[in-house]
Amino acid sequence: MSGLPSYATPLERLWYVAFRVICALILLFLIMPLLVIVPLSFNAEPYFTFTEGMVSLDPDAYSVRWYQDIWRNEQWIHSMKNSVIVGLCATLLATTLGTLAALGLSRAHMPARTLVMGLLISPMIVPLIITAAGMYFFYSHVGLAQTLPGIILAHTALGTPFVVITVTATLSGFDHTLIRASSSLGATPTHTFFHITMPLIMPGMISGALFAFITSFDEVVVVLFLAGFEERTIPRQMWAGIREQISPTILAVATLLIGMSALLLVSLELLRRRGERLRGLSPG
Amino acid sequence: MADATPLAPAGPPADDILRTRDGVPLKTTLRRVTRRQRLIALGLVMPLLVFIVVTFLAPIGMMLLRAVDNPVLQTQIPRTVALLASDWDGQGPPDERIFATLAEEMIQQYKAREIARVGTRLNYEQSGLRSLITKTARTIARRGTPPWKETFVAIDDRWGDAKTWGIIRQASSRYTPSFFLAAVDLRLDWRGDVVAQPEEKRIYGLMFGRTLWISALVTALCLALGFPLACLLASLPLRQSNLLMILVLLPFWTSLLVRTTAWIVLLQTEGVINDLLVWIGMLSDEGRIQMIYNQTGTIIAMTHILLPFMVLPIYSVMKTIPPTHMRAARSLGATPARAFREVYLPQTLPGVGAGAILVFILSVGYYITPALVGGRTGEMISNLIAYHMQKSLNWGLAAALGALLLAAVLVLYWLYNRLIGIDKMKFG
Repeated sequence: MSGLPSYATPLERLWYVAFRVICALILLFLIMPLLVIVPLSFNAEPYFTFTEGMVSLDPDAYSVRWYQDIWRNEQWIHSMKNSVIVGLCATLLATTLGTLAALGLSRAHMPARTLVMGLLISPMIVPLIITAAGMYFFYSHVGLAQTLPGIILAHTALGTPFVVITVTATLSGFDHTLIRASSSLGATPTHTFFHITMPLIMPGMISGALFAFITSFDEVVVVLFLAGFEERTIPRQMWAGIREQISPTILAVATLLIGMSALLLVSLELLRRRGERLRGLSPG
Repeated sequence: MADATPLAPAGPPADDILRTRDGVPLKTTLRRVTRRQRLIALGLVMPLLVFIVVTFLAPIGMMLLRAVDNPVLQTQIPRTVALLASDWDGQGPPDERIFATLAEEMIQQYKAREIARVGTRLNYEQSGLRSLITKTARTIARRGTPPWKETFVAIDDRWGDAKTWGIIRQASSRYTPSFFLAAVDLRLDWRGDVVAQPEEKRIYGLMFGRTLWISALVTALCLALGFPLACLLASLPLRQSNLLMILVLLPFWTSLLVRTTAWIVLLQTEGVINDLLVWIGMLSDEGRIQMIYNQTGTIIAMTHILLPFMVLPIYSVMKTIPPTHMRAARSLGATPARAFREVYLPQTLPGVGAGAILVFILSVGYYITPALVGGRTGEMISNLIAYHMQKSLNWGLAAALGALLLAAVLVLYWLYNRLIGIDKMKFG
């Protein structure tokens, strides 16, 4: 009860406890689906529910057979490869294009800034199903449907808004006199970019890149329209699994993906702390 | 650039214009520098802008044009279309010349195996016309003889009806409103008047209504769950709130399909929750509740998936409210409820607005979760668009539905931008 002032009435104290219980339930609602998936992926039986053995913590009721299943299944391996290739290429393209655009957008003389910004972040706004339908016709027309380059380009478009937004946000706190100082000391614009600007906007670039990567890695609607069997990504494979023959292997894949998101979350948090620390140290 | 300017005159010219050292008016130099700066800025933005316009905006624009584009009859039976427009008065069946032209063009299209496209297009206007066209084309291509009018009517009475011809004329314009009309449960009748669809075909109004209803309900649920959570997170000391924040952010960062799968595992009739309820005796084994593959499943899963989008903006606004305000209100005699209602709540509204609009926008366009756990009653407008894109191949109707959905989303974003500013959107 340390959070309550000493003059609190009993009713307030009761409400204080009730409020915490409600919040705990809400947090449980948020985290429970993930908590359920992880142990179930170690189920020895092909069921989606806790067996009696699992509840009584019998070690025989647990197994890693579904994880072994992933490695034995060529489709999963193939779709993982696709996901990684598409994700990395799309992230690289999106980060490069997005960072350049953000640099342009934060210059004082950028014409029609609001309009351009609106156009650039439109891939984030348009409902995915509309994006997918439009891209389906376009990529079929130019012969890139059912190819990995087609999906990479599509995911690049979806990822750039995040890079533009995060890098622009980082640049808004950027001290432009540094650039002038660098130029006055004789650095070329390229040299200035790589040695002054880039190290400073790096956290923004990295978090934008992580967003672009996770967008691509998690994207299924566009892939549904653009990919053939050969180009299936992990989410597409999961989609097929959920719709056609749901097998516990999906839970094993899901657990691996949860682990990956946890890693991503930690790296973003570290980036944020580093940014805050740097800002705290700088005199501005 | 400086090389192009003439060399500076020796003395200052005899006017009051400010000049740089080489004698060029300061205004000109400034303009030149500004233009150069603008070009650099544009040059940096250009690669991405071109990329987005070419691979994203233009394709979507072209896709949406399909909602009014109507080339089929004009390219398949062009002469009949032209004759119907110029020489038919709309009273009774047209004369023999038009019948003969249609027969000729139908035979030609039948041999090119293209006649089905005409039938499909006409079927959108009036079901049953596809089979009429196919049947007629097949018959006359094998053993058709003039006089065509009698031959046609002998094959099917409907050829003698002005209504059939009215529909053909109706469907032959280069651009058509009929897909948009169909998307709001209206249609053009054969005279060209806008009328309501027959009762059994009115599904799109219902679907738009359901989409809005589900989105509103999900938004309300997210608000009901997100507001107290944000309150707690904002009031705790930083160390504890950071720890709890992980519980909000981990689902946020987890793959959508993973979370949807999790809800299937939890909610299905043989799933964890039903098993638990049976085990503790609240349900009998036969009385398991159907919580998924229907609207309930969609709403639960979507609320879970969108909840972080509500918590984060509200939290970031609450963080800026000084706790002293509440204490001041209390010390001035307000009850806790009144202090909350009149001091705290109004200050959280920007965050509530941001979260609510964001969640609503996201849920209006939702596709994956309803498709996987929605069953039939949980389907939303996006699922219908996908259906028309992939199954029925009625791309005109898909485009019209998409255009309406996009318009709704853009209006909401405009509102969001007016209230909050789109570039202030934060993630994580």
